[in-house]
Amino acid sequence: MSVYINRSLCNGCGALKESRCSEVCPGDLLYKDIENKCAVRDPWDCWDCASCIKECPRQAIEIRLPVQLGGRGSALKAKSIGGRIIWRLTKPDGSEEIFDIVTINE
Amino acid sequence: MIETGAEGTRECVEKLRSEVKIVRVNVDIVIVGGGTAGCFAAVSAKEASPNTSVLVIEKAHIKRSGCLASGVNAINAYLNPGETPQSYLEYVKRDSAGLVREDLVLTIGQRLNRVTEKLESWGLPFIKDEFGRYKARGKRNVEIVGEAIKPIIAKAVEESGVTVLNRTAATNYIVKDGRVAGVFAFSAREKTFYIISSKAVICASGGAAGIYRPNNGSSARHKMWYCPFNVGTGLAMGLRAGAEMTTFEMRFIALRIKDVISPTGTVAQGASARQINALGEAYQKRYENNSTPVRTYAVVEENKAGRGPCYLDFTHLPESENRRLKEAYLNMSPGMVLKWADEETEPNGKAVEVCTSEPYIVGGHGQAGYWVDEYRESTVKGLFAAGDVAGGAPKKYVTGCFAEGEIAAQTALEYIKMIKTNSETEVCGDENLDRELARVFGPLYRTAGANPDEYEDRLQKIMDEYAGGISTNYELCEPKLIAARKMLVLLQQDVERRLMARDLHELVKAHEVIDRILVARVLVEHLLYRKETRWRSYQERADYPGRDDQQWFKFVNSVYDSSKDLIKIIERPGKAGVLS
Repeated sequence: MSVYINRSLCNGCGALKESRCSEVCPGDLLYKDIENKCAVRDPWDCWDCASCIKECPRQAIEIRLPVQLGGRGSALKAKSIGGRIIWRLTKPDGSEEIFDIVTINE
Repeated sequence: MIETGAEGTRECVEKLRSEVKIVRVNVDIVIVGGGTAGCFAAVSAKEASPNTSVLVIEKAHIKRSGCLASGVNAINAYLNPGETPQSYLEYVKRDSAGLVREDLVLTIGQRLNRVTEKLESWGLPFIKDEFGRYKARGKRNVEIVGEAIKPIIAKAVEESGVTVLNRTAATNYIVKDGRVAGVFAFSAREKTFYIISSKAVICASGGAAGIYRPNNGSSARHKMWYCPFNVGTGLAMGLRAGAEMTTFEMRFIALRIKDVISPTGTVAQGASARQINALGEAYQKRYENNSTPVRTYAVVEENKAGRGPCYLDFTHLPESENRRLKEAYLNMSPGMVLKWADEETEPNGKAVEVCTSEPYIVGGHGQAGYWVDEYRESTVKGLFAAGDVAGGAPKKYVTGCFAEGEIAAQTALEYIKMIKTNSETEVCGDENLDRELARVFGPLYRTAGANPDEYEDRLQKIMDEYAGGISTNYELCEPKLIAARKMLVLLQQDVERRLMARDLHELVKAHEVIDRILVARVLVEHLLYRKETRWRSYQERADYPGRDDQQWFKFVNSVYDSSKDLIKIIERPGKAGVLS
């Protein structure tokens, strides 16, 4: 499993019938639970495509490498604004690296 | 509850009829799968004929479905200055031991640059050189910033006027009087069954992952090269409808960065990395050539000889390149950036270890798929195929899938002019509907058996151990393949009686495993039939180690007879489809 949802930040996209992460997940692995927050089912089915973290308007989701693959706590979050994506990489020592990439030409 | 084995009985059908909402839809063209090829086919059809109704059915959501979900950082089939459709064909032939469908590869080559430019016009950022041309990463590659490639394509679909049914899984074609007249599908969100009648169907559902046991186990089993949700559904649907398939035996095995299974081309071509073994030797020159299969084979052999692991070494890169590389991986495979961070290194800090993936059944890198003519029409009337599900044209990649989508759309538009409109009830009688309804929803009503993941494990264990998976260095031999054949028949019988799904999500997974088993059975017949080794590692016969052009310069094709559950192999000449 490599998708982690911060339940204090997630609001299940409010009144939307389906949260944005759940709408796009290619494996259909995210759903709203009874507390109207997103949760992961069958986490071993995750492709690590990162679609969910890009879609989340509250940056409540991050991806990490599974421990099996040498994961040591680094995490990636993303924020999509217009035609840009801003990645926030947090390293094991807590330091951060930001990447701001234009992904769609207007 | 319905007892195990009771599916198809009157009682069961009545229960299903009362519990499942049945929705009938009628359109001109249905496209199965909203990935690379399907989306491009949809837009092409709508642009050429705005009054034609086009429906895409997609198991996930087209914004992030299929192979491009995570993005891609290069276009690998583009003709840079000096390259021509003919030189592209020559390259594809050379790389594929000579045996490809030349007509298919050439018709792709003729469209590569035009479809690439279209992608740019939709808003995809291309990196440019000092002359304002696309920045070349090799003879046939250009660099892009492709993180948003799929949302960009999905937006083009949305704006074209095409209708999309997301979270809808296709299960079978509706065949009427020898022609494909629509598609059966069910919703992953509510107990709804669709009867979609159409004048033509374009299959663009992709290839098949999950046939073999993957590199990583348990919690990381889907950390793989191919989209793990592409499971060969369109191949299985075609087989059940009697469509001819080709060259399943040319499996594709990807050379990837260890653990994270990230792309190697980004550094091999994009950063001129050296391929070295554990002794620091540039091992590739030890092998017969530098074709794509042999690059995989070389890594397997170096490891067998005790000279592994093998690496891609780009420690010569200046510091200034580190950030560019990290961005390139974020645009395609962000796990690689996490790996560097977890290893507390920068990209040029140390060489990265490479590995070889499990085999996949794909028509975009390998050439497994539907046997189609130059116009992408399958052997069944009214059914067209494009992209990873279409065979005979390896190395088509993203832009080749676009090209095939465009060709299939053009042919389908011509074809539907000859088809008179039918009503939905005409194409699908009650008996057909009841049979498919019971087949599709049966697993939801079983009370004894096992879940889809358990059967997937069994399938992957059989294929890995008996049909040339990672654990046997991809090597094949007749006795083991015959053992696999028997085990798969038994597995299919068990699945038909015992496969259980607790909810709609598991029902989708249940059909994924059903379809994979049929694809695996046909694959084993192809692997058994070709008694030579044509493509190193991809099709490595331990009992027939040499390439034999005299006997085997031909296509191995197959047709499945679902009424008798028989797979028939057909030979087609190696020069089939050669343009004069």
